[in-house]
Amino acid sequence: MGAERLPNHKLETGAFFQRDRAWHAPALTPGYKTSVLRSPQKALLSLDNSLSEINGPVFGHHVLGELDNDLIHNFARAGESAVGPRIVVYGRVLDERGKGVSGALLEFWQANAGGRYRHKKEGYLAALDPNFGGCGRTITDEEGNYAFRTIKPGPYPWPNGVNDWRPAHIHFSVFGHGFAQRLITQMYFEGDPLIWRCPIVNTIPDKAAVETLIATLDMQATIPMDACAYKFDIVLRGRRSSLFENRLEGN
Amino acid sequence: MAQPLDRLKESPSQTAGPYVHIGLTPNFCGIEGVYAEDLGASMVNDRTRGERITVHARIFDGTGTPLRDALVEIWQADAEGLYNSPTEMRGTSDPNFTGWGRKATDMESGECVFDTVKPGRVPFKDGRRMAPHITFWIVARGINIGLHTRMYFPEEEKANAEDPILTRIEHKARVSTLIAERADDGTYVFDIHLQGEKETVFFDI
Ligand SMILES: [Fe+3]
Repeated sequence: MGAERLPNHKLETGAFFQRDRAWHAPALTPGYKTSVLRSPQKALLSLDNSLSEINGPVFGHHVLGELDNDLIHNFARAGESAVGPRIVVYGRVLDERGKGVSGALLEFWQANAGGRYRHKKEGYLAALDPNFGGCGRTITDEEGNYAFRTIKPGPYPWPNGVNDWRPAHIHFSVFGHGFAQRLITQMYFEGDPLIWRCPIVNTIPDKAAVETLIATLDMQATIPMDACAYKFDIVLRGRRSSLFENRLEGN
Repeated sequence: MAQPLDRLKESPSQTAGPYVHIGLTPNFCGIEGVYAEDLGASMVNDRTRGERITVHARIFDGTGTPLRDALVEIWQADAEGLYNSPTEMRGTSDPNFTGWGRKATDMESGECVFDTVKPGRVPFKDGRRMAPHITFWIVARGINIGLHTRMYFPEEEKANAEDPILTRIEHKARVSTLIAERADDGTYVFDIHLQGEKETVFFDI
């Protein structure tokens, strides 16, 4: 883990920008019913970061297996592959200052091409794909770039309203350089008519914020006769420079 | 018009959903053979320095029902108060301690268990020392943005009384929501309440 230094230029150790809570979904969003009993009701305690949040675990490339960024093959039997439209998802992890975040661990999970998850709590009647597990991970390079290969997930119905459907999506978990940057979000696909009908998407109040979660089809990055490409950038909290801040003793 | 600041906005958080296990603890939910081990499954090894402790955590919804589909991450200093992080500038932490753990709550009992060490004290910005604590981060279906909180230790009464975070809490009756209980077998029990009279203090940090 953290014992290996980031391949980064100069280590930055400032606190992170305050989170814009109005940009994110509030905790209580009755249209997404499960949030009603799982949302804190009291005000959050607002605090500037301490070392406990400025620091964070960082993962080296040694944790990665050869097929971790290839969901088409990482669960498939030898010589076989997952069913569905083959796609490449690529992009950058940036911070709010526009700087690439190097060494960021990205983990992703998704339903198969029919919209079915490989999970014992999953009740959708769509078929399981014996060659698709649904998880993958990668680590960004020095400029914050990442890429992985998968199949396009299908949309699926879920019990909320009587007839609510999730748009096709990939779940992302992201580690930056500090635990305060920890983020889980979802990526949607350009042009999907289910996006704006989804109660989970609609927990986010600002349309412009939702649009930052929609990946763009990039015909320049496709692999001809193989896979379409979608570009999806992720932005983590920016870091304050510690220019005029008092340094901790011993620093 | 003044010059634009050219800042980007943070990607909005979305719920981890009911199938977070597939991505973050695949072996736990039966997806084997992709990763050798779930990341964060173990924090310590035979050579880890410090006092070994076990923490049992549960998360309760507004009806008092434990969440059986949550995912919990903890992050803490080693026994000397140093973080296993490249941005730790005060020294080198114990190489046999990761400082970071990740567990899904049990699908029946709703409990998750961390085997770790008791953290040392870490300085606050102004040089005061914070009481020993473990940072918790909780995601689950129905939680739109990960919840940050901390667990403190019941036997650290003096350190807790001067902790810069605990002393910031206006309603003193709520301080106890951040302090674990010690069971007869010496393990710590940390109950997190999402709502209600016992609602845990969560941080915007
Ligand atoms: Fe999903």
